[in-house]
Amino acid sequence: MFAELFSTFYQFADVFAFLILSAAGLAIVFGMMGVINMAHGEFIMCGAYVTVGLVHAGVPLPLAQACATIAAGLIGVVVEVLIVRKLYKRPLDTLLATWGLSLIVTQGLLILLGSSIPGIGTPEGSFTVGPYTFSTYRLVLFACAIGVLAAIYVIFMRTRFGVMARATMQNAAMAQALGVKVGGVYAASFGLGAALAGLCGALYAPTMTLIPTMGATFVVESFVTVVVGGANVLLGTAPAGVLLATVRMLLNANYGQIIGQIGMLVAVILIIRVLPEGISGLLVRRGR
Amino acid sequence: MLRTLKLVNGQQTTGNGKGFWLCFLAVLAAALVYPAFADSYDVGNFCYFLIWVFMALGLSLMWGYGGMLSFGQTFFFGIAGYSYGVLAINFGGGSLTWLALVLAVGIAMVAAIVLGYFMIWGRVGGVFFGIVTLSATLVLAFFLGQTAGPEWRIGPARLNGFNGMKGMDPLTLTWGDEDIFFEGTLLYYLVVALIVLVYLGLRILVNSRFGNVVVAVREDPQRAELLGYDVRKYQLATFAIGSGLAGLSGVLYTSWGQFITPSSVGLPAAAMPIVWVAFSGRSDLTATLVGSFLLLFGFQTLTIYSQQLALVLMGALLLATVMLAPQGFVIGLARLIGRQLGALRAKGRTDGALPDAPAREA
Repeated sequence: MFAELFSTFYQFADVFAFLILSAAGLAIVFGMMGVINMAHGEFIMCGAYVTVGLVHAGVPLPLAQACATIAAGLIGVVVEVLIVRKLYKRPLDTLLATWGLSLIVTQGLLILLGSSIPGIGTPEGSFTVGPYTFSTYRLVLFACAIGVLAAIYVIFMRTRFGVMARATMQNAAMAQALGVKVGGVYAASFGLGAALAGLCGALYAPTMTLIPTMGATFVVESFVTVVVGGANVLLGTAPAGVLLATVRMLLNANYGQIIGQIGMLVAVILIIRVLPEGISGLLVRRGR
Repeated sequence: MLRTLKLVNGQQTTGNGKGFWLCFLAVLAAALVYPAFADSYDVGNFCYFLIWVFMALGLSLMWGYGGMLSFGQTFFFGIAGYSYGVLAINFGGGSLTWLALVLAVGIAMVAAIVLGYFMIWGRVGGVFFGIVTLSATLVLAFFLGQTAGPEWRIGPARLNGFNGMKGMDPLTLTWGDEDIFFEGTLLYYLVVALIVLVYLGLRILVNSRFGNVVVAVREDPQRAELLGYDVRKYQLATFAIGSGLAGLSGVLYTSWGQFITPSSVGLPAAAMPIVWVAFSGRSDLTATLVGSFLLLFGFQTLTIYSQQLALVLMGALLLATVMLAPQGFVIGLARLIGRQLGALRAKGRTDGALPDAPAREA
């Protein structure tokens, strides 16, 4: 009995981790600035490539993953300064600009690096519960997803930056009048979002085939989680992850991956009919 | 009837003067005699570019006039393209392919109405409209990609996964015992005729009462609602028409090559209509028509050397458009020329008419 329960939890944790890790960065950027970074998948890809490159160069995996996260974050800040900053008054144009960037990066890398580079293999290690064997790394990913949520909570609720960020989120003009450097907050938030995308790529790099278009594997999950979660990353993303992971896990187990994905999409389309501002929109309205 | 036809000129379209229509006729005449001077391979290629124009015009209607940025044009393209294939194979070809065309576009429009209902009645705005439609598109592409097995068949039609679906008849007219296949030059003339019909039809639509409401909704949905219009119905109708046009492109594409694969649905294909329409100038049908054709032509020429390079360029073009000419390059250029012409004409007159008045005779 316990083994079955654990197996169900394991499958849930696997999907939940994927949803949270791929969506966290996107959700922060959307929550702060109301724009969707269409190059989100490419920041994930960047994290994965840097990780694998460093591991091939002899760097231990965890250190490589940390470097990849920082690298993606720094690139994010550069993109914010060069492109996104100029478009804050036109949120839809930000989508287009970042989508253009995404095309340039994926296709450019296909020219430069070819279609796929050798991977590094999932870290060994497994454990058994009853008759089943589970991969330890998948549980590490789940722990990382929880860790990311906790870190977001601490950053936004317990730090000086978090106070300024939340003030900017509520009313940018007023925050600026009170001395918050709104431009800096935006750049830092975009960088944080990119870094989290990089972390996602770094964490999943050992489990995937590395191709320049790998970002596309993550974007559907990240989009739907953000749509269901809504604009508030603290209130929305985690419940959205739980909800969608439950739907996905049940369908995956019974009908396979592709039906799981279609079912998740259908669930999202049904949810937006009643909750156009996502779960956080509902919670915020209730809270008032 | 005549009053409806007069709506082909109006305030929602640029190019309403005599000069514009003379140019239109000249271009049309050139398009009609073109096959007489070109070899059949070039005519086929030309036809291929024109097939995508419907999708671009549909996006211009939704995005430029209706303010709904749909990233799902290839979703409806794929639904209709695959539907045409499945139906044409099941019907066994012949004149029934025309029924397959109508049904396939109908299926795409029904899909648009269902998806649109949930988004528009849920009041999903701006950014989310784009990413929900894109999510649907990518999921369809993933789904079609894994249908390689023999169990994925509808009647005798196999979906065939990434290898693509093939073996459907092109559009065919059965005349007595003879089958006339719409391929090569014949398909080219069909597509040109359809483009003229769709282009003029859309001009009438956007200049009609319906079009004015759609533009009013784009400008301010709340105000339009307070004036007594059910904003959602207008948006849904616009979305269905725009997506149906993407479906028409899909059917013609499948018929053109008797072949369709999931790669014409997923990334990067899904970004292409956005690039064409953004670059051309989404707020005008004529600019979209001209710009999309030029881009498709350029893209095809580059693809011969390197497809990736062509796509990098498309990405760069999208980025450049947004940063430098958010209204679109083609429309910007057209307005510049219009202003210059207006200034020249003003100089010619002694009474010094308004230099800024563009050529807009009603």
